[in-house]
Amino acid sequence: MQSALISHVESAHLRKSPISVHVGDLVDVYCRITEGDKERIQIFSGTVIMQKGHGINHAFTVRRIVNNEGVERIFPSHSPKIERVEVKRSSKVRRSKLYYLRDLTGKATRLKERDPIIPASSDTPPAQ
Amino acid sequence: MSETGSPSSIAIAAILGRKVGMTRIYDETGTVVPVTVVQAGPCVVTQVKTSDGRDGYNAVQLGFEDIRTQRASKPIVGHCQKTGNTTPKKFFREIRLDEKPTVATGATVDVSQFDAIKYVDVVGTSKGKGFQGVMKRWNFGGQPGSHGTERKHRSPGSIGGGQGTRGHGRGIKKGKKMAGHLGDERVTARNLRLVGVDKSKHLLLIKGTVPGANGGLLFVRSAKTMKHGA
Repeated sequence: MQSALISHVESAHLRKSPISVHVGDLVDVYCRITEGDKERIQIFSGTVIMQKGHGINHAFTVRRIVNNEGVERIFPSHSPKIERVEVKRSSKVRRSKLYYLRDLTGKATRLKERDPIIPASSDTPPAQ
Repeated sequence: MSETGSPSSIAIAAILGRKVGMTRIYDETGTVVPVTVVQAGPCVVTQVKTSDGRDGYNAVQLGFEDIRTQRASKPIVGHCQKTGNTTPKKFFREIRLDEKPTVATGATVDVSQFDAIKYVDVVGTSKGKGFQGVMKRWNFGGQPGSHGTERKHRSPGSIGGGQGTRGHGRGIKKGKKMAGHLGDERVTARNLRLVGVDKSKHLLLIKGTVPGANGGLLFVRSAKTMKHGA
């Protein structure tokens, strides 16, 4: 049970249109990077291997391989530093946390594609 | 318990409230800030004490949370009526001031006084932990896990020699840290950053943790030892 006052405080900080990702999705995360007083967008693309938390505490982990080295980033879903998230591809997965991908490389990390359950994200423009 | 004064150049802000709970918010740079939500006030000034009056010192007494008149004791009903027919209050706290108080009895005090304040002290009653051993209560190291240690891994060890530890006399040094009751005592968390003020819902957002359980009574005042303003 959450206090109405807590919800009131959080409501000002929640994303207007929530990010909707699922475990197994191949996503492009558009991050705002601030360098000095300039701001630019950097894309982090990879597979969503886990989600945790609810409401303002919701976060998801994206895993990708950079130079043969696995890199994982945890994104708080309601962070203003995330501009938007594009879901490129959804996969058929049978568990909620894909930690087993950490032990696999190359072809073994492929996931079976499935049709997206919900339109990727209301934050994302319709697929081109 | 009274509060001692603040530097006279700084207006002291103080209010009573209840801890609502914790959450997280994002600041203007997009960084996550863990905050405690405190529902504070509105409080009523129930008494003003001045150094040239019969009290002999400067202080303001705040009353917080209405209670029904038939639930309040008659002295409290009468005390509150003196301030202009305010309903009896559940909690009273006194704020000691260096200079003569500028507020009048019966005035309402709310969170808007914290607008220009950046850091606060929060006084509360910590969560009661019951009877605890020395490792939890005083952060003792305990005894080794092996090498012949049996059944006393969390014991305090020696508590003093037979000849005493104060140069003369036997017995255990007074104030020796031992097992006992932990928590449920007055705790002041100092210099917490005030992240936000919500006047419509009477909320204060304070960075980090404050003493006590959700729903507990808190006394929030502008930080004594830190500079405010610019």
